[in-house]
Amino acid sequence: MSHQLHPFPGGLHLPGNKGLSTDRDLATAAVPPTLIIPLQQHIGAPAKPLVAVGDRVLKGQILATPEGYVSAPVHASSSGTVIAIEERPVPHPSGLAAPSIVIETDGEDRWIEHNGHSDYASLDPSELRNIIRDAGIVGLGGAGFPSFIKLNPGARTEIDTLILNGAECEPYISCDDMLMREHADQVLLGARIMRHALHARQCLIGIEDNKPEAIAAVQKALQHLDEKEIQVVEIPTRYPTGGEKQLIKVLTGKEVPSQGLPIDIGIVCHNVATAASVYRAVERGEPLISRIVTVTGHGAARPQNLKVRIGTPIRDLLQAAGGDNSKPYTLIMGGPMMGFTLDSEALPTTKTTNCLLLATEEDIPSRGPVNPCIRCGECARVCPALLLPQQLYWHARAKDFDKAQDYNLFDCIECGCCTYVCPSNLPLVQYYRFAKTEIWAQERERKAADKARERHEFRQFRIEREKEEKAARHKTKAKAVKKDAAADEKKAVIQAAMERAKAKREAAEVQPKNTENLSEAQKRQIEEAETRRAAKTDNPAEQASEENK
Amino acid sequence: MSMLKASSPHIHGPAAVNAVMLEVSLALLPALAAYTWLFGWGVIFNVLLAIATALLSEAAVLRMRGREVAATLGDGSALLTALLLAIALPPLAPWWLIVVGTAFAIIFAKQLYGGLGFNPFNPAMVGYVVLLISFPLEMTSWLAPLDVREHTLDLSATAAYVFGGQLPLQGGIDSLTMATPLDTVKTRLGLEHTMGEILRDPVLGILGGRGWEIVNAMVLLGGLWMLFRRLITWHVPVAMLGTLFVTSGLFHLIDPEHYSGPLFHIASGGALLGAFFIATDPVSGATSTRGRIIFGIGVGLFTFIIRAWGGYPDGVAFSILLMNMAAPTIDYYTRPRVFGHTGGH
Ligand code: SF4
Ligand code: SF4
Repeated sequence: MSHQLHPFPGGLHLPGNKGLSTDRDLATAAVPPTLIIPLQQHIGAPAKPLVAVGDRVLKGQILATPEGYVSAPVHASSSGTVIAIEERPVPHPSGLAAPSIVIETDGEDRWIEHNGHSDYASLDPSELRNIIRDAGIVGLGGAGFPSFIKLNPGARTEIDTLILNGAECEPYISCDDMLMREHADQVLLGARIMRHALHARQCLIGIEDNKPEAIAAVQKALQHLDEKEIQVVEIPTRYPTGGEKQLIKVLTGKEVPSQGLPIDIGIVCHNVATAASVYRAVERGEPLISRIVTVTGHGAARPQNLKVRIGTPIRDLLQAAGGDNSKPYTLIMGGPMMGFTLDSEALPTTKTTNCLLLATEEDIPSRGPVNPCIRCGECARVCPALLLPQQLYWHARAKDFDKAQDYNLFDCIECGCCTYVCPSNLPLVQYYRFAKTEIWAQERERKAADKARERHEFRQFRIEREKEEKAARHKTKAKAVKKDAAADEKKAVIQAAMERAKAKREAAEVQPKNTENLSEAQKRQIEEAETRRAAKTDNPAEQASEENK
Repeated sequence: MSMLKASSPHIHGPAAVNAVMLEVSLALLPALAAYTWLFGWGVIFNVLLAIATALLSEAAVLRMRGREVAATLGDGSALLTALLLAIALPPLAPWWLIVVGTAFAIIFAKQLYGGLGFNPFNPAMVGYVVLLISFPLEMTSWLAPLDVREHTLDLSATAAYVFGGQLPLQGGIDSLTMATPLDTVKTRLGLEHTMGEILRDPVLGILGGRGWEIVNAMVLLGGLWMLFRRLITWHVPVAMLGTLFVTSGLFHLIDPEHYSGPLFHIASGGALLGAFFIATDPVSGATSTRGRIIFGIGVGLFTFIIRAWGGYPDGVAFSILLMNMAAPTIDYYTRPRVFGHTGGH
């Protein structure tokens, strides 16, 4: 425990409000009458259904298979009958619907036959990754990036440190805390498997010091395990210390390069809950079909943590937590800093649902009046990315997106610290999301326009060419056959050259500050940006008119 | 459940612009009270006239610009500007001086730039400097502290002067006023008096001017309270006062007969008011930590230069306006290194 810590810049001390949900023991939510299992609960391509309406399925049975590399399968979280495969609203900031498999459960909760591997060490890393992929495991900390990809160090890097994120820095959320208290052994066994898959030299488990029970539980379990390379590190409670880049900084003192990935500096970071599901997948053969969800807030009659079958409608969970308190509340998925509001309780829980916050006026008091920015610099003081949020705000608001990028808009992790402290009550993060969304959209349009222009150019070129050839053919009909062949050949050569030029142009294209090599968080941002744009829910223009009236 | 769509973060810290402005205004109260106690009823008239003018002129402009009046007045910034002006102006002044200065500050220095947040200069300082340049006579007739004065003025006599320009006294206003300490030092140094002689002048007290040093002690108290309440950060006051102290101290060491001591500099004139209440104005100052230190150093340096060699006895207002002009540039060059970037930007 004498690990050297390195504070990250900025950040906030927030009222934790975790006791609300940790005062009650972890319970298991009942099997709901229907399960709604979206085909895309992860970053990447949606899975492709393997079952049909009317099929009987068993608990743990694969329902849809991944499509492409960045994708993940989904499984039935209880036994029953597939009654629909259709678009259903899913919990997503955009509020959009997505293809889902709906199961009517039979109440038997009967498992499909499944077998674990008693000796993970005898499996080589790629076999492990396949098991983890087939189990549908994605990052459970919120991002939902397929975990097997992040367990692949590739040829390029040696992995020095595997970091398990047990910081859980966001107020109200306590699902990881509860998991560590109750299943510390699973977290550690998962860590051991992950370390093996990555050949990582050491594993650090970072837990905020506001979770003494979790720290004690993990430490105790660690003594039984006798693994010298795994270490529990108590870190100061400070939001957003659970952000990947912030946690890495705190534990190792290293900064993940902007636009880079942790793996570039020899580090891989996973959530503690992901580690526990890796253990269950490898040693018990269980796919990811359940997770712990915190149901909390002053709108809930009995706030607590529940083990939930993925696909359980939120309404059933709220009932399990004693129903609502008859106080008006806003339903938020995630925490009060980064969570988003949901507009229906019919939505299902997914692999990335960590918390349902029934936020009353007590939890999220209404905002004071919006004033113009007074340049107080508070936002910059708390920004963990060391940005100048007030400048980003000016440029985003003026739709001067180039300037916003000059001020490193894409380094913003949308943690909300700036908005939290802004005395003028400006909806800063909302502007950044808006700007990011617009920039991605412009980029996409520009690419589409480029393609169209190229198609057009090539067509013009062909028409010209054909005209000339026709003329030539008229002149020397006799040699036509030979000449046509030559022309074809020439055309092929030119076409190839054009293709090459196009490829080169595309490669040299100025991306919105580099779209390759995106981190998980960035990918999530893009994805969210895309859907937000589709749904047009996040345009702060209305607020803009409110300011500075 | 409610169907309210809101964007994260859903919670907000306790900070609010109007609360900040009100607290800063509160922090000025001890100094205003001391000012009134030591210099008489005129200060009360100053305060009331300035507040009324600030609110009315802001409301008038807002109405003309078609903006919401009540909400903006509620942000408390006009009130603060009024109080700052009231404490910076002479304690017995004709009503129109206060009205012109305050109206100019609010209308020209603030609202014409777009209102709170958009003004490049501190409005109170603009108002002050405009008055200083336009009405040098009125701006330099400072009432002597009550205990060195021959006459006292009661409420009705003060009102008669403020609104009617008449004093029911023999000798008129001149029998009540005297040069301020900084004025005295400046003028008498110009007359080749030595600091030793000057310091025996009745206008001078222990550290600064008699009476003034008490007002300034109250300003310091308010400033420390603001630091404690985290309404301001230490960077600007420390950088400014430190620079003033070091530069004046240096010259005083070299030539004590011609340069007043560093404590006198800090305890006199607007040094403390400027350091804690005006140079810390976020809107017209630098925003980054490094930027604020540079800003404070600049204000301190210019203040000393103007006081020592310039044409005006005090230089705080000019120095702050000068540095206001430099603030955007300072901000540009003190941009922090972004997390995960190596050096530069
Ligand atoms: S915290 Fe708000 S008011 Fe202060 S500088 Fe940032 S954006 Fe402006
Ligand atoms: S939301 Fe972005 S700009 Fe605001 S504090 Fe977080 S990282 Fe900085």
